[in-house]
Amino acid sequence: MKLPTRFTSRLGLILLGLGLLTAFAFVVLRNGPLAATRVTLAQVEAQELRPAVFGIGTVEARHAYDLGPTFASRVLRVRVDVGDRVEAGQVLAEMDPVDLDQRLAAAESAYRRAAYAVDSAAAAANEAASRKALATANAERFEQLRQQGFVSQEAVEAKRHEAQAAGAAHAASQAGLAAAGQDAARLRAERAAVGEQRANSVLRSPVAGVVTARKAEPGSTVVAGQGVIRLVDPASLWVTTRIDQARAAGLKIGMPASIALRSRPQVPLAGRLARLELAGDSVTEERLVQVAFDALPADISLGELAEVTLALPHQPRALTLPNAAIQRQGGRVGVWQVSDGRVRFSPVATGAQTLDGRVQILRGLAQGDRVVIYSEKTLSEGERIKPVERLEGNGR
Amino acid sequence: MISLAGRDILHAWGKYVFTGLGLGLLIGVTLSMAGIYRGMVDDAKVLLRNSGADIWVVQKDTLGPYAEPSSLHDDIYRSLLGLPGVARAANATYLTMQVRRSDEDVRVMVVGITPGQPGEPGYLLAGRRLTRSHYEAIADIKAGLAQGEKVRIRRNDYTVVGLTRRMVSSSGDPMLFIPLKDAQAAQFLKDNEAIRNDRARTAANPALNRPGVPGLIEAIDASKTESRSVNAVLVQVAPGWPPAAVAENIRRWKYLQAYTVADMEDILVSKLISTSARQIGMFLVILAIVSAAIVSFIIYTMTLSKVREIAVLKLIGTRNRTIAGMILQQALGLGLIAFVVGKTVATLWAPHFPKYVLLEPGDAIRGFFAVMAICALASTLAIRTALKVDPAEAIGG
Repeated sequence: MKLPTRFTSRLGLILLGLGLLTAFAFVVLRNGPLAATRVTLAQVEAQELRPAVFGIGTVEARHAYDLGPTFASRVLRVRVDVGDRVEAGQVLAEMDPVDLDQRLAAAESAYRRAAYAVDSAAAAANEAASRKALATANAERFEQLRQQGFVSQEAVEAKRHEAQAAGAAHAASQAGLAAAGQDAARLRAERAAVGEQRANSVLRSPVAGVVTARKAEPGSTVVAGQGVIRLVDPASLWVTTRIDQARAAGLKIGMPASIALRSRPQVPLAGRLARLELAGDSVTEERLVQVAFDALPADISLGELAEVTLALPHQPRALTLPNAAIQRQGGRVGVWQVSDGRVRFSPVATGAQTLDGRVQILRGLAQGDRVVIYSEKTLSEGERIKPVERLEGNGR
Repeated sequence: MISLAGRDILHAWGKYVFTGLGLGLLIGVTLSMAGIYRGMVDDAKVLLRNSGADIWVVQKDTLGPYAEPSSLHDDIYRSLLGLPGVARAANATYLTMQVRRSDEDVRVMVVGITPGQPGEPGYLLAGRRLTRSHYEAIADIKAGLAQGEKVRIRRNDYTVVGLTRRMVSSSGDPMLFIPLKDAQAAQFLKDNEAIRNDRARTAANPALNRPGVPGLIEAIDASKTESRSVNAVLVQVAPGWPPAAVAENIRRWKYLQAYTVADMEDILVSKLISTSARQIGMFLVILAIVSAAIVSFIIYTMTLSKVREIAVLKLIGTRNRTIAGMILQQALGLGLIAFVVGKTVATLWAPHFPKYVLLEPGDAIRGFFAVMAICALASTLAIRTALKVDPAEAIGG
């Protein structure tokens, strides 16, 4: 029984040694400097490319109205509240007129008085006309009596003078009447001016809209130009969107857009690019565009965050690669091409990019070329690689 | 000629092999410790390598952005681009924070990058690069996030679109890359309670909420929520320009601090992680000494347990050289088994450490020679004892 034991133990030892050596060799070859870098490969494919631009925006109103008094005043009444729908011309708020009503009454009285003064001047003018007629008739009669020799020349001249004086008095009274008329017109205008001021202390809606802010309450004092009521035209809501300047090429008015509101990200709404602002934001390096809804959703709120995706013109057939394959080496853009188990950098020119990460290859590669897409570390020229199916969740 | 050592091992091979395995595990632990130390230093260096920058431009008189906070205006990169020798320059923000993943927190370093510019991860394991300017993220695989998963940073949800590896902060936290503007917002955005609280405080300040100046308080509130700062500008120099000269130019004319890769390595390795690295290093030294001592003792006691057999050998007239050779061969064999086992287990369990463990081939080779040297040294002690054995012990002494 000695031999078999010796034999078994030797075999066991050899097997153990072999096992250990295999594990060691596996470990050295897989992890040491001898190991090839594992990568996954992709082929250059010709496919339809649907590039798009993504931006973040907020729901804003195209037309918003900030209504306030044109002079410093105290708020007397605010007739509407936030959320109220208002018609054009509807009274929204009233400012305290302070003494405007009294001034209007004073102006009214002054005007009425002036109107009476016109009446009085007209009566005086009538009297002067009557006097003038009497004096003129007397003077004519005395002229005839003089020709028949009944009165002296002196008496005739006295009568002629009386007639002339009555004429002058008549002219003066006419002028007085006209002056009184002008006075009355001036006071009427003044009364109207005070009336306008009184009307101006009432804020009326210029359009039909919805009240979005009630910024002052009765009793508070506002300065000229300060808003009391803010309203918007709810039909004019759109999304003011900020697009990164680096990706803002190719935008055109009318482009279809998909708007995902923060309140319902799963239900994107259709829209169109309605305005491209000429002036961008140079501080944030963004371009501002406005995207209008095709159909305005019912319960939308101003200031809501929205994710906007603008669809650029699609290219029916283009050479594409996943954007993870694009690398940069010494200032050149390119990809790692594979030949004989080693990689070599070949520069490419890239074009449009889609949001799901495909990049158009303009030059440098042909359809079917195999390039490295994922690698477990930074590659260098001539490095040995080992293509695998996937890297994620693959140990190491 | 028969191998005396081989015969002896075969005689009690179970004991021999298990001793070797035990020693191997001990050596595995020592190698892992060396790997932990190397991994720690490598974490710091990989942070620099992977950012793809030649020069870090940070706030004047700071050691930013990793070792100290640094804050720069985000339009500084434009003026840097105009300097000679600067090929590319991009803003970057770094903030270590907890991000929310469904119902648990993940500690990551959130990095704000400009897609296509220095600072973005150089290679991916899966998924794609950032294509949208908001709300997308690329995560290091160590963060445990899957592609398509959503994480919450402050008040926004980000979709993980790509995975990468070895993108860690100097303390080993996995990185999460998000678009720069989001990162700026995340860095300075307060929670809603704090914002409302701030507004109320501003409104209560009579100097800021003056009657007769409508719009003032709104303007003040708006200016508070804006963030126009970044932590660093990463600069790549044009081919042919020495980074040190370009950095000097930036320091001199832009009144900013500029660090080259060498400066940055110095800051990270010799300042930021120096204490913890020395801590690990000290432990490594002690562990190595303890391992050496244990290996020596085991070989010594193994020899002592064979005193009777050695005495028999002496009695039958075996030469001292043969006996010494047997003990040396056994010791070296034990060392070899221990090293192979140690290296294997260290490599196998290294990926399961939460932080990176870098097993350098150089360390392994040094470890091999150290193990062999210790075994040889320990065996001389055993040989001395063996040679002093009295042959008489074989017959009962």
